[in-house]
Amino acid sequence: MSVKISTTVNGDKVDFVCDADETLLDVLRNRLGLTGAKEGCGTGDCGACSVTVDGRLVCSCLVLGAEVEGRKVGTIEGMANGDKLHPLQKKFIEHAALQCGICTPGFLIAAGDLLKRNPNPTEEEIRFGLAGNLCRCTGYDKIVRAVQAAAKEMRGV
Amino acid sequence: MPLDTSFTGQKFKVVGTRPLRPDGVDKVTGRAKFGADYSAPGQLVGRILRSPHAHARIKKIDTSKAEKLAGVKAIVTAADLPDLTNGDKGMFDILENCMARTTAFYDGHAVAAVAAIDARTAREALKLIKVDYEILPHVTDVDEAVKPSAPVLHKNMFTEGMEPKPKKASNIAKRTEFGHGDVGAGFKEADVVVSRSFKTEQTHQGYIEPHACVASVGPDGQGELWVCTQGHFVYRNTCAQLLGMEVSKLRVTSSEIGGGFGGKTHVWAEPVALALSRKANRPVKLVMTRDEVFRASGPTSATSIDVKIGARKDGTIVAAEATLRYSGGPYYGMWAELGAMTAFACYDLKNVKTVGYEVLVNRPKTAAYRAPSAPMAAFAVESAIDELAHKIGMDAVDFRIRNAAKQGTKSSYGPVYGPIGIGPTLEAAKHHPHMKAPLKKNQGRGMACGFWFNFGGQTCTDLNIGVDGTVNLAVGTVDVGGSRASLGLVAAEELGIPYESVRVVVADTSSLGHNDMTDGSRGTFSSSMATVFSARNAIKILRERAAKMWEIPVDDVVWEDGHAKAKGEGRGNLAPLSLKEIAAAAGTTGGPIAGHNEIVADGAGVSFATHICDVEVDPETGATKVMRYTVIQDAGKAVHPTYVEGQYQGGAAQGIGWALNEEYIYGKDGRLQNAGFLDYRIPVCSDLPFIDTQILEIPNPNHPYGVRGVGETSIVPPLAAIANAVSNAVGVRMIHVPMSPPRILKAIQGDKIGR
Repeated sequence: MSVKISTTVNGDKVDFVCDADETLLDVLRNRLGLTGAKEGCGTGDCGACSVTVDGRLVCSCLVLGAEVEGRKVGTIEGMANGDKLHPLQKKFIEHAALQCGICTPGFLIAAGDLLKRNPNPTEEEIRFGLAGNLCRCTGYDKIVRAVQAAAKEMRGV
Repeated sequence: MPLDTSFTGQKFKVVGTRPLRPDGVDKVTGRAKFGADYSAPGQLVGRILRSPHAHARIKKIDTSKAEKLAGVKAIVTAADLPDLTNGDKGMFDILENCMARTTAFYDGHAVAAVAAIDARTAREALKLIKVDYEILPHVTDVDEAVKPSAPVLHKNMFTEGMEPKPKKASNIAKRTEFGHGDVGAGFKEADVVVSRSFKTEQTHQGYIEPHACVASVGPDGQGELWVCTQGHFVYRNTCAQLLGMEVSKLRVTSSEIGGGFGGKTHVWAEPVALALSRKANRPVKLVMTRDEVFRASGPTSATSIDVKIGARKDGTIVAAEATLRYSGGPYYGMWAELGAMTAFACYDLKNVKTVGYEVLVNRPKTAAYRAPSAPMAAFAVESAIDELAHKIGMDAVDFRIRNAAKQGTKSSYGPVYGPIGIGPTLEAAKHHPHMKAPLKKNQGRGMACGFWFNFGGQTCTDLNIGVDGTVNLAVGTVDVGGSRASLGLVAAEELGIPYESVRVVVADTSSLGHNDMTDGSRGTFSSSMATVFSARNAIKILRERAAKMWEIPVDDVVWEDGHAKAKGEGRGNLAPLSLKEIAAAAGTTGGPIAGHNEIVADGAGVSFATHICDVEVDPETGATKVMRYTVIQDAGKAVHPTYVEGQYQGGAAQGIGWALNEEYIYGKDGRLQNAGFLDYRIPVCSDLPFIDTQILEIPNPNHPYGVRGVGETSIVPPLAAIANAVSNAVGVRMIHVPMSPPRILKAIQGDKIGR
């Protein structure tokens, strides 16, 4: 069964038709051409598909496309402001917080959500705040440092 | 004339700096295209049916119902992948692993595949394929598999490397032996001997990106393959052979790669995707699920290792031996052999002997995993070394320093070492503040050493100079962790131009000559060597062009700081010509300017590391927390130190997961019980501390810049370093990895509880 959905993605009004049992991740990747969210597991364990729905951090592999009717979806493609990178994006590059980069979009979305809720997190709060996102390359060292640096810049100190 | 690859000791201007990586913006904006991010016009969705049985004869496969399902465009079984391997056993094993023929050898072994118009139809079609299995007895444990009573996987498997050749088939594919001296005589000189058996469980590389490809083959015999791989040239050669295609007709493009760690050095589903595409005459996208990645793409070996080391009271090791049994899945691989080669490579030993046994089991085909086979051998050896030091009453670091290999040492696996870093990493550890930091209750400190060979191999790069004097560098090794930045630095260094003026791309297989697999930590080592010579070839042409522009002999033109400079008397009036000026004039001085290099990059310098680790063990739960971790490793020359640090940290983190949590768990039915990231738990951010790094630079004499590979050695010491730390914390020697809470509890409390 197909359903017709009207929603907002990264501030743009979007209509799409999807199967009733199709995940938001599949809709974003296969119907809307937004391949920044990645499928690492399909079971909500890796966080590579992280997006926000009405400002709330979710694994888009655990949300149905049909559920975003009338909502606001935020993905990595909407993180930069035009040609101006978000401070997190900038600090991830500067601190080499990525090696292969497959987990990076998910980390950035999750870190953005974390800093919105807690602009001045301790190292421990960052580590627990990002514990839902798996990275296999970096050992998280440089990711934590990049988030710390971005938080500092965003607080204007 | 062969190129002189010797280390020259030149002073660097940009090599060793830390510029931003060229693929950074793409990767933080979601723009970078990984394996599953590409789509071809008219593409179908491919899916694979896998055996639910650990060992079963395939009596019949009935695809008739699935073929009739609307939207199904092709179904492939082994019948569509005829054996074209011409007696090449290794190639046949790859073919059979991609698609079972008469027998399914493990839970997850592919038996059929479908291409359909969408994922839903493909899934439905798989359910309609009926496979008639005859279930056979199975064996999944490495120690069980070598018992005479074990079911034998291959009736024609007679252990290689045995004299006389065995008459009875077994699950031991090969025996290998390394060493020198007389260990029997050596042990007689020993005052203290430690002898123990160790086990390590099977782990997966755990790359976050599942295997993914888009295959397209037409009736004209031409094909395209977009794939996440560590070696698109090798994938091309393998796929072309298995499919009966001409190598040049198959163009393979490597996508951005979402982690590999050795697991993407082997083809898994790519030949199947190509076969589906050929049959449907449409592009086919095939992406593995995480469950498939665990069940059907290569984990590392499970091992069982016996170690015996003897020393005199003064701390000199007099003899060392080890017997290593490594599981290979259902097919032969040189896994125990690599373990046997690396086990004692850190030490200067008069009498040493190692024996490796390749053991076949009903598990997925073993694949390379970062310094393959070395971490398990190091776990066993470095644990025994620690125990020996304690028994003699020597400090663990001092004991290792006393016995460490050095320049001129005959290694335990044969070659004589040149300048190496084991001694310096140990000295650095001895003096590191980490060693003196106080420990609290229930905490323990451990350290361990590690070795990896590093590889070189066939390599080829193209360096093209644009009309504006900026530079494109095309390389054939895959960028798994920032190597485009490193290679850009090398090109900039040679040419004397800013890093920002070089753009590095990974070229597809039709645009560049053959390159070997990006494995063995060879990416930056070998491609930087080829880049140096490509740049020098381009400089030769730049000098010729400048000579032409000035109308002077080329021998009077030197290349300095990105400029051609005229030397000699009366040339003072000739202002230096920049790369930009020479490039702008290229059209009138002889055409485009480029440099190429094709080389077998020999002489990869061996690599050593020493790790220090503090843990805290909860005596009530057996849970272990890593409190502090330090990696000290020789890089030869760190081209981009930030990404070298990243390799050190990443390898340590993978080792920590292996040491404490990660393992394949099989049920009695031979099925994998934890094929997902929830139950196969890799370290998350809150599991780890910051990982400190110290880069040592002992130049590799066989590379112009002194570069050694840096990617793999960092995963070798952690299993042992953590085991030594836990052993020191709880007062019991840990002999089984991973040291999960139940195992630690069992070790602390004997057999009273736990499993």
